[in-house]
Amino acid sequence: MGAVKVSALQGVSLAIKKGEFVAVMGASGSGKSTMMHILGCLDSPTQGSYYLDGIEVSRFSKNELAEIRNKKLGFIFQSFNLLSRTTVVENIELPLIYRKKTSKVDLDKIHRIMHSLGLGGFDRHYPNQLSGGQQQRVAIARAIVNEPTLLLADEPTGNLDSATSKDVMNILRDLNQNMGITIVLVTHETDIALYARRIIVLKDGKVLSDCPSQSSVLSDPSFPG
Amino acid sequence: MTVLFKIAFRAIQRNKLRSSLTVLGIIIGVGAVIVMVSIGQGAKAFVEKQLESLGTNVLIIIPISTTHAAARGTTGTITLTAEDAFAMVEESAAVSYVSPGIRTTTQVVYGNMNWTTGVSGVGPDYQIIRSWTLKDGRFITQQDVNTMAKVCVLGQTVVINLFGALDPIGRWVRVNNIPFKVVGVLSAKGQSPTGQDQDDMVLMPYTTVQRKIMGVTYISYVLASSTTAESRFEAIDQITSLLRQRHRLRPNEENDFTVISQVEFASTVMETSHTMGILLGSIALVSLFVGGIGIMNIMLVSTTERTREIGIRMAVGAKEKDILFQFLIESTVLSSLGGVIGIIAGIFTSKLVSYYGGWPSLVSPPSIAIAFFFSNMVGIFFGYYPARKASRLNPIEALRYE
Repeated sequence: MGAVKVSALQGVSLAIKKGEFVAVMGASGSGKSTMMHILGCLDSPTQGSYYLDGIEVSRFSKNELAEIRNKKLGFIFQSFNLLSRTTVVENIELPLIYRKKTSKVDLDKIHRIMHSLGLGGFDRHYPNQLSGGQQQRVAIARAIVNEPTLLLADEPTGNLDSATSKDVMNILRDLNQNMGITIVLVTHETDIALYARRIIVLKDGKVLSDCPSQSSVLSDPSFPG
Repeated sequence: MTVLFKIAFRAIQRNKLRSSLTVLGIIIGVGAVIVMVSIGQGAKAFVEKQLESLGTNVLIIIPISTTHAAARGTTGTITLTAEDAFAMVEESAAVSYVSPGIRTTTQVVYGNMNWTTGVSGVGPDYQIIRSWTLKDGRFITQQDVNTMAKVCVLGQTVVINLFGALDPIGRWVRVNNIPFKVVGVLSAKGQSPTGQDQDDMVLMPYTTVQRKIMGVTYISYVLASSTTAESRFEAIDQITSLLRQRHRLRPNEENDFTVISQVEFASTVMETSHTMGILLGSIALVSLFVGGIGIMNIMLVSTTERTREIGIRMAVGAKEKDILFQFLIESTVLSSLGGVIGIIAGIFTSKLVSYYGGWPSLVSPPSIAIAFFFSNMVGIFFGYYPARKASRLNPIEALRYE
C-alpha cells in the first residue's frame, strides 16, 4: 500500500493576460482541477513556476498563499460554498474580515455590488432562503468584493438549471467586459465554455488545444462535447 | 480579533443545546472545585477559630517530665505549686498572665439532679488567658481565692444538665456535700479542636479546690499566657529555666515538668484538616478535567462538522492562525462561561451545604480566582488540539468535504 505519485499536470505552459476570459475544459482526470487549484493558490506545483500578477507564488508558504488568495483571487464554486446560517451580507464580507488591517468593512460597497447583481434587499436573508441562482450570485459578490486580479469559477453552473446558468454566465461576461476582471472558468459544458473568449482543453495533464473560442474545436458541431 | 470573537460567539449560539451541555460539564467541574475548596477552607477556618478560642499564646505547664520521670518513679504531681505560677509572671518577661490550676472529676448536685463533670480550681486570670466571656454573673476574683470562697462558675453544659431552663445565678450546688454558690455562668465555647466539650466543667477558686475538695497543697497545672503569640517560645524558655531553678534541678537532671504550647498541639489537627482540603480539591479538579475532555470532544465534532466552513474561510484568505484562534476562542468562551456559572453555582451550593449539612464552608476570593483561571486554562488546553487540527486542514480537501 501507499500513495502512488501521480502527476496531474505535466509540462503545461501558458500565459493568461489581464482582462482575459478563459475557459478550461477537459474530461475528469485531465488535470483541470489541479490547474484550478494551482491558479487559485490553493495548491503549489511540485515543479515549475506560477507568476500571478507578476509575482512568483509557487514557492510561497501556506500563510503567504492565504494572503494572496485574500488580496488577488476570487472563487466561485459549483456548490456555491456559502456559509449556512450566516446572512448574505456576512457571507459577502467574509474576504474583508481576513484583511490584514481590519478596518471598517465598507458596507456601501457591498450594497453596491449586491444591487448590481440583483441582490438588493436580501441583506438579512440566509443562503437556504435563496434560490440556487441567487446563492450563486451571492458567491459572485463574495468573489469580487476584494477586487480580485483573477476570478476563478469552478463549474459555476453545475448545480443550476439552464436559464439560471445563462444568467450567471451573463454576469460573469459582464464582469469581464465592463469591469475588466480576468476570469478563468473551469467547465465541461461546451455551451458554458463558449461564453469565454479563449478555450484551453486539457487532456492527461497536457494542453490539448489553446485557441480563441471562435476557432476552437468546440465550435465545430462535430466535436463530441 | 474582535471579528474572530464574533464568529466564535455566533458558532456557540447556533448550537445552543450542544453548547449548553458542554458548558454544563465545566459548570459541574468548576462548581465542584468551589464547593470542595470552600468546605476544605471552612473546616480549616473552623479549626483556626477553635485554636483562637484556646488562645494562640496559651501555655500549659504540667508536672512530670515527658521522658524518664515515670521510669525514675518520681511522683512529680507534688512538684508544682501556686508559688511557681506566680514566680513565672513576676520573673519571666514574656509571661503576662498565669493561673494555677487543679482539676478533679466529681459529681455536682443540684436538687435531685446530678452531673459528673470536671471541677477546675483556677485563678482570676484564667478568664483572660482563655479569653472566655461570661454569659451571666461574675468570674472568680482574687478575693475568692484569698478567702477560699465556696463559689463556682458553671459551663453551659453543666447549666443545661443541672438547671435546665432555670437561672443558676445565686443558687447553690453541692460538691462532696459542700454547698457552693453559683456566681457566674460562662458563655458557650463549643468543642475543642480535639473534640472535647469545653463547656462541660465547673470553675472554682483553686484554693477552694485544694483545701475544701481535695485536701492537697500542690496544683496539677499552670495555665500561662505569653505577651504575644510570637513570644511563646521565649516564654517557654524563661519558664523552663525559672522552674529548673526553683525546683533546684542540677544541670544533668531532667525537667520535672513539661511546657506545652496549645499552638503546637493544635497544629496537628490543622494539618489533618489541610490534608482533607487537598484531597477534596483534587477530587474536584478531576471533575473539571472531565469537563475539559467534554469540551475537547465537542470541539472535535464541531471542527469535523464544519470542515467545509473551514475550507471556505481558507479559500477566501483565512490564515492558519485565524482558524486556530476562531476555534480556540470558541472553546475558551465555552469554558469561561461554564467557569462563571460554575462559580455562582458553587457559591450557592456551598452555602446550601453549610446550611443544611452543618458543614462550615468558606468561599474565598482566591479560590474563585483559581477556579476561573483553571476553567480558562481547560478551554485553551483542551481546545488547542481540535483548533490546531482545524487550522492544519488542506483547503482543497476541506472544500470537497461533504
